[in-house]
Amino acid sequence: MADHAFSPWKVETRTRASSAFGLVALAVVIAAAAAPLFVSRSVIQDLFFILTMLVLAQCWNLLAGYAGLVSVGQQAFVGFGAYTMFAVVILAGLDPIVGILLAGITASVLAIPVAFFAFRLQGAYFAIGTWVIAEVVRLLLAQWKALGGGTGTSLPSGATREMFGVGLVSDWLGVRPSQAADIVCYWLALVLACATIGFIYKLLRSKQGLGLAAVRDNREAARSVGVDPGWMKSVVYLAAALVTGIAGALIYVQKARISPDAAFSLTDWTAYVIFIVVIGGIGTIEGPIVGVIVFFILLNLLADYGSWYLLVLGLIGIIVMLFAPRGLWGLFADRTGIQLFPVRRILTGASSTTKGVPHG
Amino acid sequence: MNWLDTIVQGVLLGGLYALFAAGLSLVFGIMRLVNLAHGDLIVLAAFLVLLLVTTLGLSPFVAAVIAMPVMFALGWVLQFGLLNRTLGNDILPPLLVTFGLSIVIQNALLEGFSADSRRISAGGLETASLQLGPISVGTMPLLTFLSAVAVIVGLNLLFYRTALGRAFRATSDDRETAGLMGIQPNRVFATATGLAMVVVTIAALYLGMRANFDPTMGPARLIYAFEAVIIGGLGSFWGTLAGGVIIGVAQTVGASINPEWQILAGHIAFLLVLLIWPRGLFPRAVD
Amino acid sequence: MALLETRKLTAFYRDFQALFGVDIRLEEGETLAIIGANGAGKTTLLRSLSGLITNQPGHILLDGRPIGAMPAPDVVAQGIAMVPEGRKLFPSLTVEENLQIGAYGRSGSGTWTLGTVYDLFPVLKERRNSPGTALSGGQQQMVAIGRALMSNPRVLLCDEISLGLAPVVIKDIYAAFPRIREAGASIIIVEQDIGQALKVADRVYCMMEGRITLSGMPGAISRDDIHAAYFGAHAR
Repeated sequence: MADHAFSPWKVETRTRASSAFGLVALAVVIAAAAAPLFVSRSVIQDLFFILTMLVLAQCWNLLAGYAGLVSVGQQAFVGFGAYTMFAVVILAGLDPIVGILLAGITASVLAIPVAFFAFRLQGAYFAIGTWVIAEVVRLLLAQWKALGGGTGTSLPSGATREMFGVGLVSDWLGVRPSQAADIVCYWLALVLACATIGFIYKLLRSKQGLGLAAVRDNREAARSVGVDPGWMKSVVYLAAALVTGIAGALIYVQKARISPDAAFSLTDWTAYVIFIVVIGGIGTIEGPIVGVIVFFILLNLLADYGSWYLLVLGLIGIIVMLFAPRGLWGLFADRTGIQLFPVRRILTGASSTTKGVPHG
Repeated sequence: MNWLDTIVQGVLLGGLYALFAAGLSLVFGIMRLVNLAHGDLIVLAAFLVLLLVTTLGLSPFVAAVIAMPVMFALGWVLQFGLLNRTLGNDILPPLLVTFGLSIVIQNALLEGFSADSRRISAGGLETASLQLGPISVGTMPLLTFLSAVAVIVGLNLLFYRTALGRAFRATSDDRETAGLMGIQPNRVFATATGLAMVVVTIAALYLGMRANFDPTMGPARLIYAFEAVIIGGLGSFWGTLAGGVIIGVAQTVGASINPEWQILAGHIAFLLVLLIWPRGLFPRAVD
Repeated sequence: MALLETRKLTAFYRDFQALFGVDIRLEEGETLAIIGANGAGKTTLLRSLSGLITNQPGHILLDGRPIGAMPAPDVVAQGIAMVPEGRKLFPSLTVEENLQIGAYGRSGSGTWTLGTVYDLFPVLKERRNSPGTALSGGQQQMVAIGRALMSNPRVLLCDEISLGLAPVVIKDIYAAFPRIREAGASIIIVEQDIGQALKVADRVYCMMEGRITLSGMPGAISRDDIHAAYFGAHAR
């Protein structure tokens, strides 16, 4: 009886669209995992690019869209992760996979002093401060002669071909080792992208995630519901650094050649990422997914026009920010009410039980 | 190694950075607008001066005087038509819009002028030098520094001695109440950005005469400019000059130890200052 | 024709409707007092008149011309100046600069200049180079009034000028009002201090829940009327 009095009211975050989407998403992931069996090497490389940019975009979105940390210095972690992997392979002679895992650790270790410093700064100062720190890390690593100094270096030939799992894939699919290495990288990127989205989704649905929204919207309110905004921001910042570092290392396993200017490029690892998030829709998990697809299509449409590509991208970014500040996904969600990754809590069961005793 | 010489060169270099920063300081101080396209606007102005010098055969200084009203108009329209829409409590819109603008300007310049390095010829002024006691000082760096001081003095007079300056400060304090005084905040902001672009033109003149420039070098100038503004403290023009000098001296001292450390030393000086004084050296009492 | 009037003025404060069809008239040379409890809509009314809240053009008429949709800077140019609640001096400006900025949007000339404002409030001349916010509350209120006068307004709007001030200070400030009227300004004051309001006003409007509930000459309305208009009839 007591059950009946209380159970009709349920707090849910699931919506009908999201349940259906769950099945579709599962099918997409399975298809993506099986893609190397059907598509060409260049398509795999394109998909790898899309997935790694998606991971970077999700991380930046977590910082700027949810925690209010507008960083212009995420290239610090991409480059640091990539250099960690190179050091592990070239100096210690270990497998690149080990380097990728270590990159996550070193990037989050780097994030500790960076956060200690940058969190003393507010708003615009934070943005500029993170950028300067990324420059400092770039200039310091350019001094590391063993890794090529300012001009950079390449992975030893064979390092990726002898990477863990490559031989197996090569035999299994009957492809050359260099192609098998691309496939392994691609699968790792797929796992990383799914894990990142899963982690962020879980984080946002948790009590801590609710606190994070409170932190973004109102510092004082967050304190009053028992969330320590400083602590929450630190955790998010470190998590984003970890994932960004892993992504950076993975990107450079595939590139196999590194230089400080490329690995710490503001344009490649922060400007592009910001446009992906803004065009897709900041503050949603769907946004970066939409954004990366639009970004990739634009990239291919405008690839032959040199600097016009970036010019158009910049203009689109400005227009979206001014006229659709919640991005393409925001426009779509406003019209349809569809949420694929619902994090808002919905009270259900009320309409069917109105004849019961209302609880105030 | 002559330390006195190194310090003097650093101070003079700081003059250039202060010129990069002065316009940013004005805009940042009045409307808290972080203009990430500031460096690219300096490069744009340098190309404009170059164009006037090469097509009309003018002296660079005359060309800069002609470029000033053009840049003022550009800044006014940019602020009134675009940037005013981004102002508010949220820091993201101005950051992202000016970031987009930065990329647009950079790539438009690449399309128009190619990636080649250019230089504005100053007719032998580049190599001239003066003997000041024990040290030899380049005429061009000295001229840059004196121009920076003149710009800072001018901005201070404007800010603290004119009706427009009062309107700047009042609007910065409280937009709504400024409106009750008959001030149109959007026009005041547009005028401020227009003036900042006049200062940008002066910075561009020296940027182009002292060394080679190309369309992609804006963001690096922006970083130096921002460091100078932040070290100096929000809204203090003399602080901005001091910030430029600190970056300049740190760079020349760093370079005298190891040429590869020049830029690194400037950034580290900035981070150290910010670590100790998060609001800069001379923050305005009211913020 | 009235100097300034509202016709069926409705206005919103944030998301809430704060005014429901308010009609008031201000004649040339008149001083109006608007009284009412907290949340009655007095401040929203003044913010509408000053252009801080924009409305339908025809909701507010100056000399019969619609000004309801004008933003604040244009309204000032039309000759309506406001002393905002809480004084709102500019902290970056000195006392003298605060006064000077009041003349920013002035179109013509008139009685009020730095000299005549200093004559009206001599203490301000002594403190002319202090930051406006370094003054006592009463002196700050004098700066705020002087600042509004510097535009030589035809209509002066005063929002809660006695709030938080000691009675003797309030008396000093209201002592300046006859001279402000002599110089030709018509005045609307919003006050919670009913006694003070009734003393200076030619006519009084009482507001409750966004509507005018009472109007008349101060001598002609009783305390009971005001009480009823203030709190509603049932509260008696």
